[in-house]
Amino acid sequence: MRVTVNGVQHDVHSPPLASLLYALREELDITSPKAGCQQGGCGACTVLVDGEPRRSCLLPLAALDGTSITTVEGLGAPDELSPMQAAFDEQYAAQCGFCTSGFVLAATALVDRNPNPSREDILEGLSGHVCRCTGYVKIVNAVEAAAKGDIHPEHVEPSFEPEEAEVLIPGSPA
Amino acid sequence: MTSTALQAADVVVPASRDEAVAAFGDGSGVTVLGGGTILMPEINYGRLRPARVVLLQNAGLSGLRRNGSSLTIGAMTTVAELEQAPEPLATAARHVADHEVRAQATLGGNLCAPPGETPRGDLQAALIALGATVRSAGKDGEREEPVEDFVARGPNGRLVLEIELEAPQRAGYASARRPHAHAYTILAACTAETSTGVRVGITGAGPHGLRARSVEQALAGGASSAEAAQKVLDDGEPHDDALASAWYRQRLLPVIVRRALDHLEGGK
Repeated sequence: MRVTVNGVQHDVHSPPLASLLYALREELDITSPKAGCQQGGCGACTVLVDGEPRRSCLLPLAALDGTSITTVEGLGAPDELSPMQAAFDEQYAAQCGFCTSGFVLAATALVDRNPNPSREDILEGLSGHVCRCTGYVKIVNAVEAAAKGDIHPEHVEPSFEPEEAEVLIPGSPA
Repeated sequence: MTSTALQAADVVVPASRDEAVAAFGDGSGVTVLGGGTILMPEINYGRLRPARVVLLQNAGLSGLRRNGSSLTIGAMTTVAELEQAPEPLATAARHVADHEVRAQATLGGNLCAPPGETPRGDLQAALIALGATVRSAGKDGEREEPVEDFVARGPNGRLVLEIELEAPQRAGYASARRPHAHAYTILAACTAETSTGVRVGITGAGPHGLRARSVEQALAGGASSAEAAQKVLDDGEPHDDALASAWYRQRLLPVIVRRALDHLEGGK
């Protein structure tokens, strides 16, 4: 059983009826697809299979020989986010983050097939994904921004340079 | 996450329809895996540990083929592809689950959906209204039968190969849904009119799709859509489940059927 994941070929040895989700997480250590409901209902395990969004929990490995899988790790890099990743970042579309990789991949495929989606198109296209933080407004904003190319990666550069901190100890003289 | 003790499974991947029929044999001890949307959750959670699996994806059983005035649709055709089928099947297909699941779920799986805690097999009402026939293989070779007979008997011992149907003159669809991650349909009614009259199929009012013969007979006898729709309570067996109570379904069912009759449109 051979699959390509994010451009790298892997021989996979998990059992043939193990899900793609299981093989990605437990065998290949790629943990961005989340094991949410494991019955196809939550969308958190979504990956791209030959460019199309699919529930990795519903795909047996035996059905995937020779396919090419993309997870969020394959979309961009921390210093070079894909447009959809950058839009999710800028629009604060991730809260706890559990659903985010599924949303980003499904939204990437949605904008590929419909470059100018309305908000209704986005809601319909992403209806198989649940965000239990209920951050849907910002998620839809992010997909709209990515579709319009409304991305400004230069202004979200948090600085992690430690500055001299002022230490205040309660009860001590100011 | 759930571990999968599946080393023992023997997975066969037939490369043609004939190979699939041979691998299925009389079906004893065989688990057929189509799109996987129904069976993979069972396997993931260890509720199903199949010994021998026939995986149909390369068996050449997918696609829509025009055949004179009729249309042949392979068992492995996805629900997403059925969005291009004649009405009311196209609308019923658009109402199934979500984009990703529709791209993976198959016609054959929908016909073989086991009665569960929530109604599945959402396409059955449309196929019954369309008068579709199911061609299947099994112990006594291949056979064809009306779809309502196939779903009533269940898929045991039968491998669904394809269905055949004719586009109707007019078609109607009505359903009640509940906002939910899986977007299950509580009840759906489909209507299709041909030169021989109106046929009515319902899902969500029993363990599988049903043909509403009492409604059809009332219509043929000249009843109005509202009068005919009331007769559906003679055909369906509304039940309690996680989506709705039998009490609610009992009241909703005639309303949904009347809407599907009033919605008959297209064609002539």
